[in-house]
Amino acid sequence: MLILVETSGKGKGHKYRHRNRGKNRNLKHLTIALAGNANVGKSVIFNELTGSNQIVGNWPGKTIERAEGKLFFNGYDVDIIDLPGIYSFSTFSMEEIVSREYIAFEKPDVVINVVDAAVLERNLFFTMQLIELEVPIIVCINQIDIAKQKGIVIDTDKLQAALGVPVVATVAVRGEGLHELMDTVIDYVENRIETRKNEIRYGFEVEKRVDMLSRLMVSKNLDLKYPYRWIAIKLLENDPEIIKLVENSSKEVVQKSYEMAREIEEIHNEPSFSVIASERYSLANQITAGAQVQSEIKISFSERLDRLATDRVFGYVISAIVIGGLLLWTFVVGNFLSGLLTEAFGFFQPVDPQVSGTLSAIIWNGAVGGLVAGITLIIPFVIPFYIMLSAIENSGILTRVAFMMDTAMHKIGLHGKALIPLILGYGCNVPAIDSTRILETRRERLLAAFAITFAPCAARTIVILGLVAVFVNVWWALALYVIDLLVIFLLGRIALKVVPGESTGLIMEMHSFKLPTLSIIAKQTWVRTKSLIYLVLPIYIFGTAFIQALYVLGILEPISNALAPLTVWWLGLPVIAGVLLIFGAIRKEFILLMLVAFYGTNLALVLTPVQFIVLALVAILYLPCASTIAVLAREFGWKSAGMITAANFITAIVLGGIAFRLLSLIY
Amino acid sequence: MNESSAISKNIEEYLEILYKLSPNGEQVSTSQISENLKISPASVTQMLKKLADMKYVEYSPYKGAILTDTGLKLAKRVTRKHRLLERFLCDVLKIKKNKIHQQACEMEHSLSDDAERALCHLLEQPNKCPGDNVIPECDLKFTSCEECLIQKEEDVEEVGKRNQNLVSIIDLKEQKKGKVSFIRGDHKVIRRLLDMGITIGAIISVMKVAPLCGPVEVAVRGSKLALGHDIASNVFVEAVEDEGC
Repeated sequence: MLILVETSGKGKGHKYRHRNRGKNRNLKHLTIALAGNANVGKSVIFNELTGSNQIVGNWPGKTIERAEGKLFFNGYDVDIIDLPGIYSFSTFSMEEIVSREYIAFEKPDVVINVVDAAVLERNLFFTMQLIELEVPIIVCINQIDIAKQKGIVIDTDKLQAALGVPVVATVAVRGEGLHELMDTVIDYVENRIETRKNEIRYGFEVEKRVDMLSRLMVSKNLDLKYPYRWIAIKLLENDPEIIKLVENSSKEVVQKSYEMAREIEEIHNEPSFSVIASERYSLANQITAGAQVQSEIKISFSERLDRLATDRVFGYVISAIVIGGLLLWTFVVGNFLSGLLTEAFGFFQPVDPQVSGTLSAIIWNGAVGGLVAGITLIIPFVIPFYIMLSAIENSGILTRVAFMMDTAMHKIGLHGKALIPLILGYGCNVPAIDSTRILETRRERLLAAFAITFAPCAARTIVILGLVAVFVNVWWALALYVIDLLVIFLLGRIALKVVPGESTGLIMEMHSFKLPTLSIIAKQTWVRTKSLIYLVLPIYIFGTAFIQALYVLGILEPISNALAPLTVWWLGLPVIAGVLLIFGAIRKEFILLMLVAFYGTNLALVLTPVQFIVLALVAILYLPCASTIAVLAREFGWKSAGMITAANFITAIVLGGIAFRLLSLIY
Repeated sequence: MNESSAISKNIEEYLEILYKLSPNGEQVSTSQISENLKISPASVTQMLKKLADMKYVEYSPYKGAILTDTGLKLAKRVTRKHRLLERFLCDVLKIKKNKIHQQACEMEHSLSDDAERALCHLLEQPNKCPGDNVIPECDLKFTSCEECLIQKEEDVEEVGKRNQNLVSIIDLKEQKKGKVSFIRGDHKVIRRLLDMGITIGAIISVMKVAPLCGPVEVAVRGSKLALGHDIASNVFVEAVEDEGC
């Protein structure tokens, strides 16, 4: 057998090692799309097959854009596409349109419909819509282990007979069944599987009208890119996008469909889209009843945990532990590791780093300083943080926290689900803003993104810890976190009044708890940290050296002086702060790194405690970093990005000035 | 012709207060009613006895009264009219909030069912009154507001009324089941609910109700869903007795 792996990303194959790269050119090409409900394991399967490192986790909506990877299998060069999870092909969310258009227009050779074995009926509702799209499907019943824990056993043969498409059972997290899945794909494309095409048949009244509409379209010979039958059903469901599509070709068909929908409504006393959904679900129910055996079992541990996590008292305690504990953990473990590493790197003592020696010596000094600061101040906080975040993300606790905090989130115009991107924002604002796409309206996404730009991300944590915890005390560092969270809440309240648009309520699937596997946690931590090591660490090294060179050459002084009224008079900071804040806009850690570059590691000689606190406060609030502004502009346009940035800046300056004056009274 | 016209305003006021004090149909004490209506306990007792004779409440001396199914139906209808009128007075006529309650109290008794329905359309199917209380669902034979809008031309008599009382799933106790019978709200929400398996006729059971007007966790078709308080308050079910399955 010849299997080799290569991905469009940087990931390396680990399950299916490559054996023979030379025969590449003779391979037959194949495209497979993974489609299905949210959080059923599509990305896990994708990672296993392609060796990629798509982020996985136990909450719905992680995959926001389709991902592509490659697998070489049995003489085939297979492109694998991971689509965002959706519940239906209606056209009310971007993901639904994206997935539908991909499947209908790009026509992958096979669509693997990944199905959650524990929630077969609801998943089949989508499977049936895929069958209606008349694309080649293989159903992959995933997570059969978790279903078994719930007493659910699925007879794949019966399911296969009922659906008329091949069915394969898998446990993707352990790689079980994936080989069979790929074998089935190949057998299917090589026509070795007899498939009896089953049509999803609705009730008589609906079916009659679907038929009439299809025939009308056939007679008019409309070219609509979708199957006629599927279009007819969508028209009867009053799907606005499809109505628009058909209207361009034939107004008569749309008119006819309105009439027919009305007739169905009269007969069933129910809107026709509701009739069709109900009938589709009752078919899904019949098929499920025929193929699944549900036995009574004892309440599982995960079920008990679930009850505790949504308990009216403990639920809040657990939510608080997740929201605050993640920061506290980073804080405690990071501080400890940072201490160890600082000792280990104690040999590095820059010789009067300010102005002495040759230019090249100073630059070298700066570069080594950047490296040491990166290793001792940044890495120790980031790694423990991401380990914990991956564990939290994969356990399923996030949906419970979202459930418990829904009411609180309403105070800032959002619903519980918005808490998930906010917590991800503790790591890095950029992916967090991406994941606001799990929210329904633009307004909600914008409000959530605004809140995220204040979230204490890893870079802010570094500034708080590196400046305040080390040189003032731990309590002030913790106080800064609390102030930051208060700022999020208060500004969220204000933004709510300013941003127009509609808000929706929470509708979220709650999946069972899972014990996160160590390998997934390790992998995800690595994926998230490696960019820091590959990309950011060199930036630290070169950036610090570069800035020190600028400093020595006297270029920075005029800038600092120009900003002095703001930095010195209003905020009470040293003159150099102007330059710190300018470079800090690129990456906030630079503020700390530059201070180290200019003054060495013992900053207590240069700044007073008040200055440490004010600088850290201003630094965490004053601007979203450059990458965050870029992603804001991409998602919401430059105007919104600009306004969010301005709001950040004003808040930081106002609060910084007040803090300086108040703190001066204490110290 | 209209049964409600035969019932005095006074009776409607009592039913309304009973519903307000216990939307879930629990016992309401005489003293609670007397405090709320500012009427002496003796007169309240007298009235409750009268209501019991009319089969609107079950009255037990010294304990208080519980609305019967018929009583609850009437109480909901009056409360619904009251709260819809409050919305109308507040949103459309822009009358000051402190005056709307009294005005709505006066108007609710003479508002016909057809006018109530038209008002509901005008206000775009509101689910809460200005005081943030939930407006009870209508008792027309519809499964969703969408359907009511489609069948606009038919009047209330032609449409007909529901026989049974529905409960919103926020008022359903934990571990209780219901059959989805009516979904209120715009078609976007309804479609999202349908896609997730909450279809008309589906059996849904309430797993958890979060405190502080929090969301409701329901089990439907083998999956668990969290529904925000507002959305949950728009899903109405017919209570189903648990058959141990």
